[in-house]
This record gives sequence, C-alpha cells and structure tokens, in this order.
Amino acid sequence: MKEIGLYLHFPFCVKKCAYCDFLSFPTTEDVKKIYAASLIREIRAYAEAAADCTVTSVFLGGGTPSIMPPSQLRSVFHALLDSFRIAPDAEISMEMNPGTVNEGNLSFIFDYVNRVSLGVQSFRDEELLLLGRIHSAEQAVRSIELLRKSGVKNLNLDLMSGIPAQTAKSWEETLRRALEFEPEHISAYSLIVEEGTEFRKRQKAGKLSLPDEETEREMYRISGEILEGAGLLQYEFSNYAREGFRCRHNVRYWKRGDYLGLGLGAASLFDGKRWHNTRNLEHYFAHSADPGQIVCELEQLDKRAEIEEFLFLGLRMRDGVSEAEFRQAFGLELRDIYGEVIDRQTGEGLLAAEEERIFLTPRGIDISNVVLAEYLLS
Amino acid sequence: MDQSKIRNFCIIAHIDHGKSTLADRIIEHTGLLTEREMQDQVLDNMELERERGITIKAQTVRTIYKAGDGEEYVFNLIDTPGHVDFNYEVSRSLAACDGAVLVVDSTQGVEAQTLGNVYLALDHDLEILPVINKIDLPSAQPDETAQEIEDVIGLEAMDCPRISAKTGLNVHEVLESIVKVLPPPQGDEHKPLKALIFDSVYDSYRGVIVFVRIFDGSVRRGTHIRMMATGADFEVTEVGIFGAGKFIPAEELSAGMVGYLEASIKDMKQTRVGDTVTEYSNPCEEALPGYKEPLPMVYCGIYPAETPRYPDLRDALEKLQLNDASLQYEPETSQALGFGFRCGFLGLLHLDVITQRLEREYDLDLITTAPSVIYKIYKTDGTVLDITNPTNMPDPSEIEHMEEPMVKAEIMVTTEYIGPIMTLCQERRGVYEETEYIETTRAVLRYKMPLNEIIYDFFDALKSRSRGYASFDYEFCGYERSELTRLDILVNHEPVDALSFIVYAPNAYKRGSQMCERLKKEIPRQLFDIPIQAAIGSKIIARETVRQLRKDVLAKCYGGDISRKRKLLEKQKEGKKKMREIGNVEVPKEAFLNVLKLDEE
Repeated sequence: MKEIGLYLHFPFCVKKCAYCDFLSFPTTEDVKKIYAASLIREIRAYAEAAADCTVTSVFLGGGTPSIMPPSQLRSVFHALLDSFRIAPDAEISMEMNPGTVNEGNLSFIFDYVNRVSLGVQSFRDEELLLLGRIHSAEQAVRSIELLRKSGVKNLNLDLMSGIPAQTAKSWEETLRRALEFEPEHISAYSLIVEEGTEFRKRQKAGKLSLPDEETEREMYRISGEILEGAGLLQYEFSNYAREGFRCRHNVRYWKRGDYLGLGLGAASLFDGKRWHNTRNLEHYFAHSADPGQIVCELEQLDKRAEIEEFLFLGLRMRDGVSEAEFRQAFGLELRDIYGEVIDRQTGEGLLAAEEERIFLTPRGIDISNVVLAEYLLS
Repeated sequence: MDQSKIRNFCIIAHIDHGKSTLADRIIEHTGLLTEREMQDQVLDNMELERERGITIKAQTVRTIYKAGDGEEYVFNLIDTPGHVDFNYEVSRSLAACDGAVLVVDSTQGVEAQTLGNVYLALDHDLEILPVINKIDLPSAQPDETAQEIEDVIGLEAMDCPRISAKTGLNVHEVLESIVKVLPPPQGDEHKPLKALIFDSVYDSYRGVIVFVRIFDGSVRRGTHIRMMATGADFEVTEVGIFGAGKFIPAEELSAGMVGYLEASIKDMKQTRVGDTVTEYSNPCEEALPGYKEPLPMVYCGIYPAETPRYPDLRDALEKLQLNDASLQYEPETSQALGFGFRCGFLGLLHLDVITQRLEREYDLDLITTAPSVIYKIYKTDGTVLDITNPTNMPDPSEIEHMEEPMVKAEIMVTTEYIGPIMTLCQERRGVYEETEYIETTRAVLRYKMPLNEIIYDFFDALKSRSRGYASFDYEFCGYERSELTRLDILVNHEPVDALSFIVYAPNAYKRGSQMCERLKKEIPRQLFDIPIQAAIGSKIIARETVRQLRKDVLAKCYGGDISRKRKLLEKQKEGKKKMREIGNVEVPKEAFLNVLKLDEE
C-alpha cells in the first residue's frame, strides 16, 4: 500500500503580509463558503485514484486556514475521511495565525488536528508591525497558551530572521522567548524579499532597511546555537525539532514522497508526475469536481529530473543524501554521476561526506542556491 | 540608350530626415511597383536595418517616370549608407551619380551629416536638389529651413520642393525637379568600356553580383572584362538592371546606364568597390579616380561565448565577408577567452552591425573585447609595428615612441550645450580648433581628437550631455606622436589579456581605477574575495575587491512547490553559463566590453 500526504490550501488571509508572495488574499464569507464546497468536490473526485493509498500526513496550509469558519473546516474534514484512507497515527497539521485563534477553531483542532503550526514570526511588536502582521506579541503568547490548554502536544512556532528593525540581539530574544513555551518544533526562516511583494516595492524605492548580510548570517548561526542548545535539533535549513517531532509532511517534500495538493494552486507529486492546480479562483470553483480540468504545468518526471530533485531536495536536510538510498532509488552510483561536483564542493568547504552520506556544511547552506544549482544535469 | 532620358541620382540626408521614406514615395509614384508590392521601406530590406532605421548596404533601384513633358525617363536611384563609418562606400555611390536630392527635415534644419553629405556630393561635382521634408508636422519651419539651406550650404532653396514624404504631399514636384534640375549623364558609348563598381552582393548560386555605373562604352553577355585595380579578368555571363528588390536581365548596359553584371565571380575580394571595370582586350586609358582599399579603423577581438562554437564563428565571418569586403578578420588566441578572431571594422557602427548580425543571423553568443585602434610603434631597432591588439605591444624598453590615429571631429550642437560638449571633448583629449556659428542658436565645434578616445562611448556621452541634440561626424586625419602605455587588468592576481588596453599615459591612473570600479560592478560575488587590480608593467596602480558571496539561500519551500525551486536553480545555472571562467573567477561576457564605458552620467 502506497503512503501519501495531503496538502490542503486555504488561500485566504485577513490581510496580506508585506513579505508574502504566496497565493493568498483577503476575501468574503460568501467566497469562503463556495471555496469549502469546491474543495470538498475536489477531495471527493480523488477518492478513486487514491483508493490504494494510505494517507500518513495531512497539512492544512495557506494563506490562513484558521480564518475558515470551523463548520466548513469540519465539512472538509468529513469529506477527507470519506474519500481517503487516513492512517490512525497520521500527522494532521494546521497553520494558524495568532490573530485568528478562537473557541471555534480550537474545538475543531481538538477533534481533528494533532499538530499546530503557529505563525508567530517575532515576539517584538515593532517588528511585527513592519512585517504587516495582524497580531501583537501578546496575542501570540495568548494563542500559544490557549493551544496548549486545548491539548496541542505538537506545536510549531514559525519565526523570521533578517527582518526590518531586527538586530542579532532582538532575534536572540525572540528565540529565547519562543523556547519558554517549550515548543516541539521551530521553523526559523530567513526573510527573502520576493518579487511582487510589498517589501520588494519598498526595496526598489530604497525604503526597506534590512540587517546587513553579515548580521543576517550571524542570526542564522545564533538560531542553530540556541535552538540546538535547547534540544531542538536542526534537521533542515530552516527547521528544528525535538526528537520524534520532525514535521513528517515537510520531510515528505524533501524526500520526494508522494503527495496530493488540494485546493487553489496547490502543488502535487504523484505517480512520478508534478503539477499544480489552477491559480484562478473562478476556474477552480467551476471545475474542481473534475481535477483533470484544473491541472496546470503537468510534468512527467524523467529519471534525470528525479535524480536532480533527489539531490537538490535531499541536500536541504541536515542528514543530506545517502549513497545507499540513491542506489536503491535509481540503481546507479551517486558518485558516477556527481563525483566531480562532490569532490570540488568538498574541496571548497561547501559539502562534507561521511559514512556514505553527503551533506552541506554551514557555508554550503549559506549559499545553497549556488551549490544546489550544480546538481542540475545537462 | 538615349542618355538624355536617364537621371542617375542619390538621396542624401542626415539620419532620420526621411531619406528612405522619400525613396519609397519615388518608387511608388513612378509606378514600378503596385501598392501591394510596396513594403513599408523597399530599400531597407535587411531586418537589422529596419530595426535600426538606417541603411547599411547600398542598394539601388531603377524606375520609370513619365514626366510632365510626356517623355519617359529612367531614374536610377542609388541608395547610400548614411553613416560616417561608411564614408568610402558613400563616396563611391556618389561617384556613380550625376546629381543628388538633399533631404532636410524642416523640424530639425541642417545637421552635421547634412553638411558632411553635401560637401561629399559637391566633391563629386553633383548637382544638388534640396527638398524640404516633414512639412506636415506642426513643428515644421519650412521658410526658416530654406533660409538655413541658403545661408549654411549656399544652395538656392526658396523655390525647392516642400514635401511630406510620409503623406506623399508634393512628391510629384520632386520628380519633376529631378528631370529639370539634375543633369543627364554625358558618357561616350563608342569609347572603350569604363564602368565604376559602386557595390556588390554575394549570391551563393550566382556568385558575386557587381553593381556598376557605365561611364563610357558598353558591356554585354560574353564581354571579356578586367578589373583595373585587382587585375582580375572574367567573362560576363549576364547583365541587367535593378527592379525593386530583384534583378532584371538586359541585353546590354551602355554609357550612362546603371545596372549589374555577373561573371561567375567567386571571390568578393576581386570586385572591390571603387574599382574600374574595362574591356580586357580594349581597355580604357585611365581608371576612374578615387579607388581605395578598404581600411579598417577599429579592431576588436571576437570570441565565441562557448568555446566549441569556434568553427561556427569562423564560418559565419567567412559568409559575412562575402557580402562585406571591408570586414577583416584573422584568427587569434587569448589566454582568457581561447580561440577567436581579431576583426577590423570601418568604425564602431560597423562593429556593432557585424556583431549583431553574427548573433542574430548565425545564432552565436559572442564575447567582444575592448575595441582598439591601430597604433604605430617605432621600435629602438628602427622597425615600425602596427598594433591592433594591446597584447602584442612589445616591452617598453624596445619602444622608441608611439603614434596614434587622429580624427577631425565636427560636432553640431545647440549653443546651450556648447559648454558640456567642450568639457567632454577636453576630457577626451580633444584639441579645439574652431567654433562656427551656423545660426544664433547653433554651432559646429571642430576638434582634433585621438580616435581611441571616441571608440568607446563617446557617442553615448555626447548624446547624454546634450540631451540628444548634438550630432557628430568625424574623419581620419593621420597619425600623431603620443605618450601611450599598456594597462593590464588582473583578476584574482591573474592578468586577463582580453582586458588589456592601450591608454594615454597621463590618464592611466584614472582609467585604471575606473576600470577596476567598473569590473567590480560587473563581476558577481563568488565563493571567495576577488581582488581586481590595474597594473602598468609590474606596478599595481589601482585595486578593488569583489567581496565573497555571503548568502544565497531559499529558506522555504512553500507548500511543496518544487517546480518553483527548480526554476530558481535553473536560472542560477543559466546565469553561470553566461560567464567565462578566468583562472577560477567567473566573469560575465558583457564585462569585457562594458568595462570601458567611462561616462557615468
């Protein structure tokens, strides 16, 4: 029986954050309702194709899934349970915004969700304000307490470094404050100014003041030190977890496990194909019952593409890529294909090799785009 | 053929004053082509020319005009390239004419090239018919323009045609004036053949097609001809006249006529523009005057961005040369760039046109090194070297002195910009000669300048400092002794031969630091700090550092969207492909040319 993950996208948010370039936007209650119904149609449409699959992780992401009315989330979940075989011990994650934690969704979480990822970003109000977040540090604290109180045993806090007004010191304070709540998992992301965001606009206008590169990398080092010191071990560029609490769903992305993305714009890897759903809401509403009609950029991966992905995704993990696993997956020797790159990058101090594994060094992580690009073949 | 019914003329104008449009209208009004056949600009048939709005390769067209007197006249409209780089070609085209139509834009008035072209036409004793164009535009000042033509050029212009080539308004007046004002040819059909080659094209099936103006005698299929300068002889296989865009075979070409001849000629080098064609067994006494070997003024190295494409580059240059005898090239090797060619061009525009054609028509990705002029090096042993590649400069101890080519530059500018333009000319070592006021608001500045000061970005600097109002023309005027030295650039402690260049010694420090600063901007940050140094001999005179790359990481994979991550990496890899590895440093290919852009305004 094949194991798969499910990603459910909720493209709505109260207000777009200044750094966000993901598919999300404010909306009305009516649209949410239509969206939930459309999503349910899509879920049901996949029942047959996924008949021989067991779902071992579900991830409700966004946008902000927690701004959906709990009744709608429940209906969506009922559809999931009807259509997919969900393993009893499956990881069921949901992203939440501290500004949207309330009685209603807490009860939904109590019934269905066993892992919550809370978008805290910072424990300093002036930083939150500059990010365009809708909540204060105080609200984040209250949300964490509420979540713990309602029985969430697997809690992730999302934090951001390299943001406006942040210093190495304020970042350290945010990290330490986060640790006071003894989260099982922390995602500590370095800000990237993406095209099309408010930040990019400000940057072009010369009105975005960010920590300089040295400070930013210093922050990254501090994250590692402090979090590892507190028992949260780094297992990916930006992710730290206590033993046994790695996010199974995200690990699936990096290890190229199958997953179905459901909802507007959601990305899938299934049976050797990658695609994403339409990003057009109208189109999604009209055709979600017939997934064939909402598929975009469908790509049948050939062996070369799979090998490339295996490397550039696998190397995001602290454990890196195992030669044995590579052999098992492709029937080839890793070093026959990448020997030259591996040796050169090892020599340049970007990569390390130990016990038949290769993994990035801290310097390799800092400039991983340059390093990983070399694993594209041709 | 009755010569009194022939008019051989060209249209001369400053760039954008409407030469090609008027040519189109003439062709249209003489009814050689139906409206449907008319392309927008019949004469400019190369894609590149159309985009740049200039005519590169002279072409010519024959049309039939039925004049007001009821007679049919043959018009041979000879197109001329409109840029200073092609002065020689222009002069040969003019030599094939008996008259010239001078187009002046009534919104702009007389410009630098207007004057240059008029002087060139007068040198060839051409009758000039002024035409005032663009009178349909609201900003047109036809009276003032006419006055200016009379004052500045000394041509009668009050009664000349005032037209809009664009709308066709009053174009018939131009046609009538061509018949009345421009003279017919005055050749002698009974003398031995004497014909001027004013252009040629290469056709892979027919060989070289030679464009000729017959001055005396006649030529037909079977005529045994000889090229007087190159000495090559051929038997003519076909003669004919020019339709618009096609060749129409004819019985013979006789005195006064313009047409083409073919003689299974395989090598363009045997049919030089300006050469005289005569009959082998019955030659004319003297060749036509004015023949010159094409002389490249500007040289640069051209290398394939991807080394394995060297043979493709060689083939492409070979093919281009078939059509452009003034393009010269020879193989050279650079430590930094590998195998390539040192190419000689008539000027910067010519260089630009050739590199663009190589990239577009032959799908080549090129690295172009800094352009250089020809320096004369007088060595202590009494020998003289011509240097086109700075790398070949001998050791300073062997050099007695050096000379560099000079040009006379004429810059026409509105008076408000005289100050900034003079500053620019001084920065570029110009020696001021005179200012001639054409009107109260416009003047021509004359400078003597080293050619190597104008081959980088002088034209751009001129435009930016005059807000586009300055126009510019130059002419080679010999060599002068100069204090020159070679500046080397070291990237990560390694000298990069392709970046070496020869500079006026007192400016070496400034140039060196400018180049380092430039290069710092051009070279992306890499895994380690990269020192960039400028050196004269073993002495470092400037230094910059490209700091190592600190951060380039995608922190997050949103919702498993791996394709996005892949695209980012592909872009990264693609960017790397556009780099040239020098030592262990990756240098973008544009850097080799951009590094010389000195004017930062």
